[in-house]
Amino acid sequence: MKRIVILGAGTGGTIMANLLRRRLRRADWAITIIDRDNEHYYQPGFLFIPFGFYTKKDIVKPRSKFLPRGVEFMVAEIDRINPAANEVVFQDGSSLSYDFLIVATGTDIVPAETPGMLDGWRDTIFDFYTPDGAAALAEKLKNFPGGTIVIHVNETPIKCPVAPLEFAFFCDWCLARHHRRDKIELVHVTPLPGAFTKPVASKALASLLEEKHVRMVTDFNAERVDAASRKLIGYDGREIPYDLLVTVPTNMGSEMIERSGMGNEFRYLPTDPNTLRSKKYENVFGIGDATDVPTSKAGSVAHFQSEILAENILRAIAGKPLEPAFDGHSNCFIEAGLGKAILLDFNYEVEPLPGRFPFPVVGPMPLLKPSRINHWGKLAFRWIYWHLLLRGHPIPFVPSRMKMAGKKRSGDDPAPGETK
Amino acid sequence: MPQKLFGTATVDVDAEGFMTDFGQWTREAAAAIAKDEGIAELTPAHWKVIEFMQKDFKENGQVPSIRKLNKSGVISTKELYALFPGGPAKKAAKIAGMKKPEGCV
Repeated sequence: MKRIVILGAGTGGTIMANLLRRRLRRADWAITIIDRDNEHYYQPGFLFIPFGFYTKKDIVKPRSKFLPRGVEFMVAEIDRINPAANEVVFQDGSSLSYDFLIVATGTDIVPAETPGMLDGWRDTIFDFYTPDGAAALAEKLKNFPGGTIVIHVNETPIKCPVAPLEFAFFCDWCLARHHRRDKIELVHVTPLPGAFTKPVASKALASLLEEKHVRMVTDFNAERVDAASRKLIGYDGREIPYDLLVTVPTNMGSEMIERSGMGNEFRYLPTDPNTLRSKKYENVFGIGDATDVPTSKAGSVAHFQSEILAENILRAIAGKPLEPAFDGHSNCFIEAGLGKAILLDFNYEVEPLPGRFPFPVVGPMPLLKPSRINHWGKLAFRWIYWHLLLRGHPIPFVPSRMKMAGKKRSGDDPAPGETK
Repeated sequence: MPQKLFGTATVDVDAEGFMTDFGQWTREAAAAIAKDEGIAELTPAHWKVIEFMQKDFKENGQVPSIRKLNKSGVISTKELYALFPGGPAKKAAKIAGMKKPEGCV
């Protein structure tokens, strides 16, 4: 009996289990998926917990619920992968052999990477990238009397690169609704040279920050945190004081990847950006946040990668050459407050552009500007995630590879019926 | 395509001043770009970083991150900021003739 082993039962791992089970004969291929727990969180929901819109309960379900029959699900801690021996070694010393391995172990925040950050952890320094972090921040915000809230990104890449901006927009809106906005200063501190590095989106997002009176400090690289005096201290000597620090600490891949000797400086698996095969091991593939491919770390990326990866696994099994089909496609709703959201759709080659999505003219979703329909799209997405996406069902009208249809580049002729 | 003039040589650059054709890179071009970036002179410490970045880019196809530079032992992050003040990843990449780092995607 041959075996495919999937490490990680988050978004990417779960989709792959579903896609591959449907396409491989049970008599020939066993599929085993392994995770360290049985709690699947809908991570886009974390943003709403600090503001009281969701609790942890609203956004968690058992991982097993989304795994098909005929896939073995193990809850276990992995010590390391032994790629030379084609096996995975568990912490209890036992091992499991594989013919093909899919690394879907994601990425996580590592506050310890910044000296001093943990000194103020969950006291004046909070994250919203974990369920417990978001819940603790909700408590803090309820009673926060006023002062400066710094919304900080420590080091890139991070998963969901727009989430800190979303937090700023949403925080501004919620505070205003509760008549607390004037007592609070919001500052966004980032190592980037702007709100986003891609120029068109950066302008659009920066102007929204300005509109909402969120000050931006750019090109800031934190050397350490002085939790006692509540300051972020940069390598260049700049100091940013705060009363409350909402930070996205450095993101890194699983320590297991490092123990396996298979990761780069961030513990990500070096992966071919178009075939999704590991650069070093012929029978090892990667999906989602765990890879080093140069596109966003986002659930949508794992979704767009999945069909292409499934096809390539089948090709690898048949000894056929792989299709370098993945184009870096990423798609993202950014909550903007006021009942509106912004939609980005881009890939390796094309930055986020304005226009309409998924269809030219008809849309119905505008790209790169706030709209109510995008906000409803974001909220509806939770249902789509649980009921369609995780089970590997295609999302109508949105293919794996990004489409240029509906997008406007400066200098392009207007689409028929559109005025520029 | 915009161009930069260094002495008698010209190199093609993008809108932000990053070289678009690495084949045109020379040490003189690097020194001239450095001057533009506020670095009056490139010391051996600067060159160590530039050479490491070019070697790493050749091997991996991506501009190395600050973290990678730190881990490589070539230079500490603190020293890197002293050598290339104000955004070393970008500055060093520019001087080394590379495209803009993928920093945030």
